[in-house]
Amino acid sequence: MKFASFLYEGQTLLVPEKLSSKEVIVDSPVASISQIPYWDTPPVTPSFTYSKQIQRYLSGKQLLLEELPFSINTIYEHYLNGYITFVKPINQLNERFYCTRCGNDKANLFASFLCARCDRECMYCRNCIMMKRISQCTPLVEWVGPEMLFGNEDYKMEWNGKLSKGQKTAADLFVKCIGSREKLLIWAVCGAGKTEVLFEGISEALSKGQSICLAAPRTDVVIELAPRIKKAFPMVEVVSLHGGSEELQERGQIVISTTHQLLRFNNHFDLMIVDEVDAFPYSIDDSLKFAVLKAGKNDATVAYLSATPDKDLRNKADVGEITSVRIPARYHGLPLPVPAFRWCGNWRKHLKRGAIPEQVNNWLTEQIAKNSQVFLFVPSVNLLESVFDSVKLKLQNVETVHAEDPGRHEKVKRFREGKTCVLITTTILERGITVSNVSVGVLGAEDNIFTESALVQISGRAGRSADYPTGDVVFFHYGKTSSMIGAENHIQSMNEEAKRKGWIS
Amino acid sequence: MDILTGDHYCLWCEGRYFNDFNWRYLLGMSTNDGICSECRESLLSISGEICRICGRMLNNLSKEFRKGELCLDCIRWEDEPGWAGVLVKNRSVYQYNDFLKGILSRIKFRGDAVMVSPFMSPLKTLFKLEFPNDVIVVPIPLSSERLYERGFNQAKVLAELLDVQLKEILIRDSHEGKQSKKNRRERLAVINQSLFKCIDNVDLEEKNVLLVDDIYTTGVTIRNAAKELLNKGANKAYSLTVARG
Ligand SMILES: [Zn+2]
Ligand SMILES: [Zn+2]
Ligand SMILES: [Zn+2]
Ligand SMILES: [Zn+2]
Repeated sequence: MKFASFLYEGQTLLVPEKLSSKEVIVDSPVASISQIPYWDTPPVTPSFTYSKQIQRYLSGKQLLLEELPFSINTIYEHYLNGYITFVKPINQLNERFYCTRCGNDKANLFASFLCARCDRECMYCRNCIMMKRISQCTPLVEWVGPEMLFGNEDYKMEWNGKLSKGQKTAADLFVKCIGSREKLLIWAVCGAGKTEVLFEGISEALSKGQSICLAAPRTDVVIELAPRIKKAFPMVEVVSLHGGSEELQERGQIVISTTHQLLRFNNHFDLMIVDEVDAFPYSIDDSLKFAVLKAGKNDATVAYLSATPDKDLRNKADVGEITSVRIPARYHGLPLPVPAFRWCGNWRKHLKRGAIPEQVNNWLTEQIAKNSQVFLFVPSVNLLESVFDSVKLKLQNVETVHAEDPGRHEKVKRFREGKTCVLITTTILERGITVSNVSVGVLGAEDNIFTESALVQISGRAGRSADYPTGDVVFFHYGKTSSMIGAENHIQSMNEEAKRKGWIS
Repeated sequence: MDILTGDHYCLWCEGRYFNDFNWRYLLGMSTNDGICSECRESLLSISGEICRICGRMLNNLSKEFRKGELCLDCIRWEDEPGWAGVLVKNRSVYQYNDFLKGILSRIKFRGDAVMVSPFMSPLKTLFKLEFPNDVIVVPIPLSSERLYERGFNQAKVLAELLDVQLKEILIRDSHEGKQSKKNRRERLAVINQSLFKCIDNVDLEEKNVLLVDDIYTTGVTIRNAAKELLNKGANKAYSLTVARG
């Protein structure tokens, strides 16, 4: 849609081409909004009866015109009365372009075409093209009228579980941060029970009428968190947003979302909680970090959760730039299993001849004999088959899984149900999966795909339940690496800290 | 992107790649083709024996679906009263595999116009090899609603890659049904109500036309457009597409 601008009572106002009638004398050509250098948003007309539907749909977001199921007449009326504003979609500074929606400023992620909507060469952002193309002539629409209030003071928290000492310490600090502009890192070991740490703070935020976002990079986490939060706060509107979600347009006081879906939000949340901040793709994608910052209000409380925070976050915590708290102990009060290192020679060469090393085979047989299930991690997808062929010779109920595996979810489900004895996997299962009696082996732990944090996460799969707190963790290797040693030190220092504090027995 | 060092980001996988044909850039023989060599390898050219009319590969068709140098589809078209000879020949660059499907839908449904650039040099080559150089190049149009929605017509963006003057002389009716849902008989019934109209005041007498589109699937769209141009006096109609579905 093209726009023009006109002067009215000292203000430069926009008018969409469709609605520019003879009564309005426009003082700019009718063109792409990128051609209009500046415009105002009229002051709010308090007497104007605004549409509750538009408010519900749009408040706290920035959406493209074509994403709105309202007529341009209605939208424009809200603009003239100061309830809606139009935001330039692509900004240009010197030779550089910036996408307002995703923050992209990389030249190779912009392109242009001769646009039939604005009749000129129109620049678009390729970085966020999966969510409807944003180009120079497609303004973002933002709600600037009264904020939508949830007014849910009589919500009730239906969670009355008991926190461990470590959890309690973190939960108390989190509660204290609510309502401030604090940034907080909650560094909780795998199995510490970090979700429960959040309940008190969320409850505090709800009592202040705040809107809350729980974001995570991975869809699996969103799907897993949603029912737990809904159960704890049954009287609160909770929506979950991810690629396959059907609630994309729903509003809720608590939004559980992939970091990706946050790109549609703008200046909305009072409390932003980002789970697994060190996980892919958030860890490497600047536009997702941009999305989190944009979705939160300027004075939002931000809490980052991780078992393996990256250097940047740890440094910020060390110098006091952000507040931080560590939970070095598991919920069940028993130490983290420390990985054992076992040298197994040139296992790749072995494997080429059709067999995994004898040590690995024996270890697997031992685990099965004591009724443990086994995760066996390998460095890459193309090793899965040959490892599988070799393991299968001695053991039954063996499966493989990797990121692109179409049967991934069923295979994980079968493993959870105990139907599979050995699951041979790539690093995709390093996170999030909890099975009670499981041993963990890493074949080729020296491979550089196994970073320190990956190995800590992998080790964190074992000994999760109080019934089986001591699962075996073995790194089978062909030469120790600093990542392996780093992971071992990391886990040991957590155990020592927990012991010092008297949080583990 | 740096023309001299040939360092680029792949439009498809976003990986960095290095184009080592430096001398070709310098001689103006090649421009950045947009995708890395690994992605390029996922595009499968049409090769070997092909149907004389529609350009599909014959060697992966079973016997009952071909007769001599034609495929069964084309034989049927040639037997259909009023449709014989409407399309002299179609040529397509690539087989329609999942990878190409992904690229085409990214162009059409996501609106990523720049994704056409990997097709420039193969389209040009096929154009020069297969068609007379005095053809009038006509992109298959979109309806005006669809054009506004998408912002560009992918057939036109593809035709522009040929670096010749285009004649946008066809207009597409906006009320066409989804042709993929219909069987062949229903489609044949539909094609008798024309999908396209040629604008007035064009003189096509004794001229040959080349229609350009992203994909040849059933041939209904292209033959329909061809027929309209033949009715307006064109001599022969050809077509060129990226994919043969
Ligand atoms: Zn963008
Ligand atoms: Zn435009
Ligand atoms: Zn590529
Ligand atoms: Zn044929």
